[in-house]
Amino acid sequence: MTYNKRLDGRKFDETRPMEAKAGIIKRADGSAYFRMGKTVAYAAVYGPRDLFPRFLQNPRSGILRVNYNMMPFSGSGERIRPGGNRRSKEISLVTEKSLSSVVDLSDFPNAVVDVFIELPQTDAGTRCAGICAASIALADAGIPMKDLVAAVSVGQVDGTVLADLNYDEEAYDAPVADVPVAVIPSTEEISLLQMDGEITRDQLKEALELAKKVCKNINKIQREALKKKYEE
Amino acid sequence: MHEEQKHYVESILAKGARIDGRKPLDFRKISIEYDVSANAEGSARVKVGDTEVLVGVKIALDKPYPDTPDEGGLMVNAELLPMSSPEFESGPPNIDSIELARIVDRGIRESKAIDTKKLCIKSGEKIWSVSIDVMSINNDGNLLDAAALGALAALKDAKFPEFDGEKVDYKHKSNKTLPLQKEPISITVYKIGKTFIVDPSTDEEKVYDSRLTIASIADGTICALQKGGDVPLTAEDIDAMVGIALDKAKEIRKLFK
Amino acid sequence: MSEILVKEKQVVVPGEELAKGMDYLPSYGTYRGNDTIRAAKLGLVSIDGKVIKIIPLSGKYMPKKNDTIIGKVIDITMNGWRIDTNSPYSAMLSMKDATMDFIPKGADLTRYFDIGDYVVTKIIQVTTQKLIDLTMKGPGLRKLGAGRILQVNTTKVPRIIGKGGSMVSMIKQATGCRIIVGQNGIVWIQGEDPAKETLAAETIKRIEKESHIQGLTDIIKNDLEKITGIKIEYKEQQAEEMHHTEHSQQGEQNDLQ
Repeated sequence: MTYNKRLDGRKFDETRPMEAKAGIIKRADGSAYFRMGKTVAYAAVYGPRDLFPRFLQNPRSGILRVNYNMMPFSGSGERIRPGGNRRSKEISLVTEKSLSSVVDLSDFPNAVVDVFIELPQTDAGTRCAGICAASIALADAGIPMKDLVAAVSVGQVDGTVLADLNYDEEAYDAPVADVPVAVIPSTEEISLLQMDGEITRDQLKEALELAKKVCKNINKIQREALKKKYEE
Repeated sequence: MHEEQKHYVESILAKGARIDGRKPLDFRKISIEYDVSANAEGSARVKVGDTEVLVGVKIALDKPYPDTPDEGGLMVNAELLPMSSPEFESGPPNIDSIELARIVDRGIRESKAIDTKKLCIKSGEKIWSVSIDVMSINNDGNLLDAAALGALAALKDAKFPEFDGEKVDYKHKSNKTLPLQKEPISITVYKIGKTFIVDPSTDEEKVYDSRLTIASIADGTICALQKGGDVPLTAEDIDAMVGIALDKAKEIRKLFK
Repeated sequence: MSEILVKEKQVVVPGEELAKGMDYLPSYGTYRGNDTIRAAKLGLVSIDGKVIKIIPLSGKYMPKKNDTIIGKVIDITMNGWRIDTNSPYSAMLSMKDATMDFIPKGADLTRYFDIGDYVVTKIIQVTTQKLIDLTMKGPGLRKLGAGRILQVNTTKVPRIIGKGGSMVSMIKQATGCRIIVGQNGIVWIQGEDPAKETLAAETIKRIEKESHIQGLTDIIKNDLEKITGIKIEYKEQQAEEMHHTEHSQQGEQNDLQ
């Protein structure tokens, strides 16, 4: 275990500075901005609204449809060619799954709730920032939901279990695990779990407990953002 | 398709009024913010009223085209993001975003805003290529002008990444700015019924007859034109619209640092 | 041990704890998880004895039986018209429910209502699959003439109408405009001049934005009096007179051409 001090000086369970705002895209039915360190995510919700193509319609319930995208100039290296790629399609899918268990669309047969996530600036943890923003945006849009969903990347760097890995930590020259986790704060259930890298069973347990703790904090920030909009 | 609404907008315009209380040639409040995306070589956020765009500039090493061995590259891409309006759909760029990108591109390229010869590192082998990406964040009308203003602001904000002759270091920005020699300002004038307006809101944009985008530089020279809309214009209309655009461009030019 | 954790009219968000214990009953917009009642929607807490519910602050209009709405004709079918209700679901207005007059089979339906027309209509049925039937037979239900159409959040409609129509009545007095507020958040304004219509529209938008402020009615009354110089009388109407529509005065049925 040689990773004793984090590259940016944070404590092991400390997240980067976070900021959240609700209702920032006026034409959307609901919207939010969520920042984790240098990773910034916008989320906009449109719906429930008419769903095309028709074959996707579900007569028992509305469906949730998520579209995740990174802007061409958002990454720390070369320009990213626009248009989805396999990675963004997969992130759209897992994001949708992380949110669909909390939303209740039974009142909206044949309709769709579209969630668009766009990132203008990235420094790791993008799908987590996206989920945090999307939750706020869904609530802002008045969608019935059991809870907001909070998400953070936990993991380990060279044996040390950490919260909110940034790009440099993900790319650190030692065994690393990047574990994005989404938590439903009221029940502590986990609605998104992925991992890249290597991690022991015990480290994973520790990381998940850490994720739950951090997500409770993130949830406070999400709630604040919504209340701030309506209490002005 | 919106006959009643169109008739309504035309009738109040005939009285010199607009739905939001502005005068026909009033722009909404314009705000320009620079350096809003840390990983881009240059970036800007422009708001025109509630319409908001984010523009990023990326600068990369590339090979020149064989027929222009001494010139660097310039490309403009625009996305009418579905998050910015209920009317935009997901998917590859549709004709509206392509037209927007090409209008912005025309204004910058034809004005020779960037001296592309100065983007050449080694003739025939290495050049710098500048990519401008316009992203709509919220559409409340007049994305055309907001996009062009955003592109100019992002270009002014841009700095080359550190370059040692072989490799580009994107993590560090140099102090070198882009070789900007002209600053084109694009204004789109709309004709609704018999009235000319600028900076339409969402409702006005649904009912216009024709529009003319005019890009101009500081000395009043016109460097790009594009007519849109279904209804033809007379030569007198065009001259009047050009006059309006040149006046407005003069005002708006003052907003840039 | 039951306890209530929030105050009346407090803003709460989904997942927020409202009460603990089995004594309290979860109603609209809330749910019980284990022994905690939580909010299921963003809104204001409303406590009535032991029943806790949420008054939503946002959300699309969901069509309900007996609502009077302002719809827009979007299609003409064999038997009637398809109407946009400003919700995820469009509605059907059949020939037999369209007017007190008899419409012969094979008649040109556009002579009654054409695509793009706005109509004041009442919902007579909503099925579980959200198939909606409308009627135009009834007092105050009619096609609307030229006017300004505004969209507001459906949750703010009661505030805009006010108790017994008091709020919208103040705006009518101050601006001289005819105003109809649909339950679905669509508002129609028709005035003598655009400036008055803009004032009415801006006032309505302001009420939408500031609906949570205490004493808003008095603030609006004072501001309107200041701007227009017209003395405004606060009046509430009885339930029977309130259709949530404008009252038929001098034969407004004449609007139906």
